[in-house]
Amino acid sequence: MARFSFFGEGLPGIDLNELKGKLIVLEGTDGVGRSTHIGLLKQWLENHGHAVLDTGMTRSALAGKRLKQAKEGHTLGGITMSLFYATDFADRLENEIIPALRAGFIVLTDRYIYSLIARAIVRGSDPEWLREVYGFALKPDAIFYLRLQIDDLVTRVLQSRGFDYWESGMDMHMGEDLYESFVRYQKWLLAEFDKMVEGFGFQIVDASGSVEEVFENLRVRVDTVIGRNGYGS
Amino acid sequence: MAVGMKMYGKHRFPGRLFIVEGIDGSGKTTQLMLLQKWLEAEGYVVYFSEWNSSPLVHEVTKRGKKKKMLTSMTFSLIHATDFADRTEHHIIPPLKAGAVVLADRYIYTAFARDVARGVSPKWVRDLYAFAVKPTVAFYFRTPLDVAMKRILGGRDALKYYEAGMDLGLSDDIEESFGLFQSRIIEEYEKMVDEFGLVAIDATRSIEEQQAEVRRIVYEALAGTKKTRIRRWLDLASLAKGSRA
Repeated sequence: MARFSFFGEGLPGIDLNELKGKLIVLEGTDGVGRSTHIGLLKQWLENHGHAVLDTGMTRSALAGKRLKQAKEGHTLGGITMSLFYATDFADRLENEIIPALRAGFIVLTDRYIYSLIARAIVRGSDPEWLREVYGFALKPDAIFYLRLQIDDLVTRVLQSRGFDYWESGMDMHMGEDLYESFVRYQKWLLAEFDKMVEGFGFQIVDASGSVEEVFENLRVRVDTVIGRNGYGS
Repeated sequence: MAVGMKMYGKHRFPGRLFIVEGIDGSGKTTQLMLLQKWLEAEGYVVYFSEWNSSPLVHEVTKRGKKKKMLTSMTFSLIHATDFADRTEHHIIPPLKAGAVVLADRYIYTAFARDVARGVSPKWVRDLYAFAVKPTVAFYFRTPLDVAMKRILGGRDALKYYEAGMDLGLSDDIEESFGLFQSRIIEEYEKMVDEFGLVAIDATRSIEEQQAEVRRIVYEALAGTKKTRIRRWLDLASLAKGSRA
């Protein structure tokens, strides 16, 4: 039996039996430290002899560049943007993630369909519809949801790079200024993520500790997922 | 904020939406153009929804096709993105304003084409759930050989995706086109009952088809907004008795 399955109707022309690798997702709101931990996990896994592909959102060869422009130009409507993101994701899934899994890689992805769904819901798309659209996605081996309360998130973002226009949902005119808008927008995203925990089987990882503490927590969990057979370590 | 997405069949607008479907060479574009002339002459506010969506989406589609980067899935999704833009900018606003909106091809083209490419019929129908249900959807039913005679020879070389070359049905582009179109016809035929498409026999004369189309559209127009001013040119065409 194939190790992998699709959420819904699936991709045409893909033989799931050929997929050997592992698909591991890091999810969470902006500023929670996902990319830091992807970098650390990659290094650690490679040190132990695993081939790793790390990938993130909006980088597809097909649509990545234009999608970025569309986002900045904000001339496209909510449903159009949702589908533009879905196109971009499908291109990465078919051309990066699936070939890597076929070759036996561990794929670490910075965000997956859950962020896309949460952002689209906040911008007015129907949750049921989004789940059906993303039915072509592969079910990951594990989804680590890096979770931070809104107060900690605000502190973290202020300490690093400050409020970003998009991470503050300013395109939706949610508040008087970046701070107000950030809090409202991220709270809403958090609520949408929290709703997905059970249905999608997220593993909640408390992201409020130090980088070392959070990484250790993640490392133990990743170890379980890949079931290391003693090679390397 | 989140006003909730309206789904197929649930939209309520004062305008009307008439769309035409059929394979290439079915004559649907000619019929839609003739319908447009008549509606304008009758004084309706007519809006022709062209496939001129956002340049950004269009560019991705064009590049993807040119470089043959598209799979069945991304082909389907990028066209859905394009259609969403058209819905949000060129279909819903004029319908809200009470216009008679005309569209050459609609979601049924995507259903036929994507399913012919191996995409799940259920998935693609769910994908387009945001579309506005047309007031009337005309399907110009044409036997494959008739359509092929009309287009082959009369136009430039067939294009790669249009001929379904990505499916590897045949190395010969004309043969591939024929095989792909026959799959599309099969899908259209299934949709006649499923979506209540109004099938028009496209082997009849242009005039006969147009008379039938106008009769059906006329019945669906009761209560639709008209402009007060008629252009003299339209009056002239009325004088010739263009009303079916």
